[in-house]
Amino acid sequence: MTAKRGAGGMAQFIDRRLNPRDKSLGNRQRFLRRTRAEVRRAVDKAVAERTIADAANGGAVSIPTDGVGEPQFHLSRDSGERERVLPGNKDFVAGDRIEKPKGGGGSGRRASDSGDGEDPFSFALSEAEFLDILFEDLELPDLVKASLKDVSQREFRRAGYTNDGATPNLAVLRTMRASMSRRLALRRPTAAGIEQLEAELAALRAETEPGVADQLRIAELYAEIERLKRLQRAIPFIDPIDVRYNRFTPTIVPRAKAVMFCLMDVSASMGEREKDLAKRFFILLHLFLKRKYARVDIVFIRHTHEAAEVDEQEFFYGRGTGGTAVSSALKTMIAVRDKRYPAADWNVYCAQASDGDNSASDTQVSVGLLREAILPQIQYYAYIEIADEDGGQRYGGGGDKDLWRGYAQLKPAAPNFALARVVGRDDIYPVLRELFAKPARKGAAQ
Amino acid sequence: MTRADPAQDAAPTRGGLLFDGAEWDFATVRRVYEAIERIACDELGLDVFPNQVEIISAEQMLDAYSSVGMPLMYAHWSYGKRFVRDEALYRRGYQALAYEIVINSNPCISYCMEENTMAMQTLVIAHAAFGHNHFFKNNYLFQQWTDPAGILDYLDFAKRYVASCEERHGLELVETTLDAAHALMGQGVFRYRRAAKLKLGDYERRLRERQEREAQDYCDLWRTVPSGAPARENSISEEEARERKRRLRLPEENLLYFLEKNSPTLRSWQRELLRIVRNLAQYFYPQRQTKLMNEGCATFVHYTIVNRLYEKGLISEGALMEILHSHANVVAQFDFDDPNFGGINPYALGFAMMQDIKRICVLPTAEDREWLPDIAGRQDWPAVLRDVWANYRDESFVRQFLSPYLMRKFRLFALSDKASESSYRVEAIHDSEGYRRVRSSLADSYDVGAGEPDIQVVDVDLLGDRELVLRHTSRKGVSLAETGREATLRHVRRLWGYDVRLEDAPAP
Repeated sequence: MTAKRGAGGMAQFIDRRLNPRDKSLGNRQRFLRRTRAEVRRAVDKAVAERTIADAANGGAVSIPTDGVGEPQFHLSRDSGERERVLPGNKDFVAGDRIEKPKGGGGSGRRASDSGDGEDPFSFALSEAEFLDILFEDLELPDLVKASLKDVSQREFRRAGYTNDGATPNLAVLRTMRASMSRRLALRRPTAAGIEQLEAELAALRAETEPGVADQLRIAELYAEIERLKRLQRAIPFIDPIDVRYNRFTPTIVPRAKAVMFCLMDVSASMGEREKDLAKRFFILLHLFLKRKYARVDIVFIRHTHEAAEVDEQEFFYGRGTGGTAVSSALKTMIAVRDKRYPAADWNVYCAQASDGDNSASDTQVSVGLLREAILPQIQYYAYIEIADEDGGQRYGGGGDKDLWRGYAQLKPAAPNFALARVVGRDDIYPVLRELFAKPARKGAAQ
Repeated sequence: MTRADPAQDAAPTRGGLLFDGAEWDFATVRRVYEAIERIACDELGLDVFPNQVEIISAEQMLDAYSSVGMPLMYAHWSYGKRFVRDEALYRRGYQALAYEIVINSNPCISYCMEENTMAMQTLVIAHAAFGHNHFFKNNYLFQQWTDPAGILDYLDFAKRYVASCEERHGLELVETTLDAAHALMGQGVFRYRRAAKLKLGDYERRLRERQEREAQDYCDLWRTVPSGAPARENSISEEEARERKRRLRLPEENLLYFLEKNSPTLRSWQRELLRIVRNLAQYFYPQRQTKLMNEGCATFVHYTIVNRLYEKGLISEGALMEILHSHANVVAQFDFDDPNFGGINPYALGFAMMQDIKRICVLPTAEDREWLPDIAGRQDWPAVLRDVWANYRDESFVRQFLSPYLMRKFRLFALSDKASESSYRVEAIHDSEGYRRVRSSLADSYDVGAGEPDIQVVDVDLLGDRELVLRHTSRKGVSLAETGREATLRHVRRLWGYDVRLEDAPAP
């Protein structure tokens, strides 16, 4: 073992497995930034195709190759002459002719070189990246984005003191207390004690005719002060063993269950755009609930003049015909809630999307239902009225729609009721703003 | 080899197995390394850089992949693109990761994956830490063109420099410059002229000194002094323009070098970025010219070493079988008509040629004596192979050492492909009339320079609109591909700052 081997010298063996793994993160972000527009289209498509509960799970997206090409000068494959050597000759002899495969392509090998493939470039987005792009559309504030992406269910709680920790967690009072008891126990001279002796010394030396006793006392004081100062230097004011830190332990935050009712008007006036907006509205609410509650059920209720509980596919893509009676949906919701989701066990959230058309008489019924039966037993009720792309111009300067007018009366008395008119994606978040405001404030206060 | 005996006596594990089972730990890896080193240095006479073996996880291997195999690299979106692609392929199981990556640096760094079994780690150490390492240290191309002691420092500098440029000038501007430089990487190497050897280690210091000197020498007063030039401008003659062209040393094949030195519009930090890309292209150029030999050397070394380990009773039959199974996968060569065929496998041909040279040294046939008289029957095959590894590149290696025996074994044939004809023609096969043609044709195909477009800067209209003229000289009538041509030219224009024209010149 002692003999040094050859020219190789000493070999080193290094375990790098614990090194940071995300060395490529910066490059990955640069890549996403460059392909932003394409990735965004891909995310839009994914949102449209997925269910509400899966919408935000990240996953594979494909983008066209145009934006990510790296051009170079190449030699063309179909001009001039070239010669190649191939292995595995079976029965050729010199001079044989072999027909070229039809459809051009030069050498007949399937082209797989980068640059000329028409296949879209496909890769996987992480959940965080996916949400980033989704949220960008919805114009969520940063704090909300951060809290929505935080999937950890743990919270750090104060739990006594510890002997080691990070400087910001220093527990000053505890540290001083430990320091003081140690100083007392070791009889560290106090600054005041020394000052007193020094004052006495000064007084004695100031006397014009010191006696013998005074002389002796002066010598004694010198020695004593020297001894005390030495002692003071030897026993530090704060010793590393005094230092205490606040201790935090991760605690699992108890999470209950919630149910989310999605109510939507599916009469003919709700087109693709309207449904897409509604879907984003539901996704956002679902994300919020998923973060807050361990279990989230989703109930889909669609209505025309009559309502029915349906599955998600039917909810978004089925077509109903008939008039419009919002109260039918509310009644169905109350029935489902009473049967399956008693308010004692479940946190109930409700999100309603509509184009706002309803008959005046039914609006009165609906408002009554909300006031009496729904709002008192619900965490949050959010209503969006999806307006035309021209921003509701068609009302002229004139009146709001019936449903809006009816709902607006409820607002002052019900803090858990939110309503908004939505034209584009960026209008969605304000409807749910209050929902997100609470945890955000709590986060800020910590 | 004279030292072999005492070394064997000193081995504490003599007669016993070095390891048993699939699990590995650092103590075992070290023991195996020492046993391999004994064979590599004493029996094969390999001469290697000090080794640094690093164990990494699969994610880290993916990271290393995307930054062209280097442990550190400047930031660029294209590396992110490579990462997301490789990751998608890997996660879906379309592509397995390499067992190892090895870097031409001093000390020589090789990465081994933690998933490997102990038998695989043995293979990887023999392959990378001794095979590739010896090749890096001794091959003339690497000795001439690369600076293994300085490369890591240089990459570190490049990384920090690009980051500081991004901070000062913004991501977009840096990205545009790097995009353009990357597009010209193929035209960013010196192929024939030998540049001054890179002293990458000193590089950063020299750059700093140069900048400091410029800052000190700068005097704002000079700006206000009227220059004498404008008065004479009209009288500049054609003759003087030609003189300036000569001073620009045209024609120039290294486009990146030319633009870095002569672009009228680039800022100094942009020139520095071009230099970084150019230096990297030059650093990788020897690897591209020696892929066949490099892999052949490493594969031959691991094959020889693991067999010796088994003969010495240091590894079990099971471990040997596992290694040989993996070895057989690596050196598989599919026939041209097999759906899996993807060209000639450099591991297969390289390994076969090294084995063949050993055979010719030890047991030459009459044919070998006729074709390779210099090495036939020279019993000292390790010395012959060391000489081959040091003094050839793929093209000259094939031209010199591909034996008729191997051409028969691979059943090689040469196929010519003329665009003007509707069929290919078999020019030569593995028979006595065809050997030379097949060998020379295969050697040509390993000439990296010939496989790339020959584009040179030939003229700059300095008097007029400063248009830069590039000339593509085609060989055997092969023209430039249309795909990417315009986009790449746009990149050249961006770097030059004025119009750029690319003309085609027929070969003389």
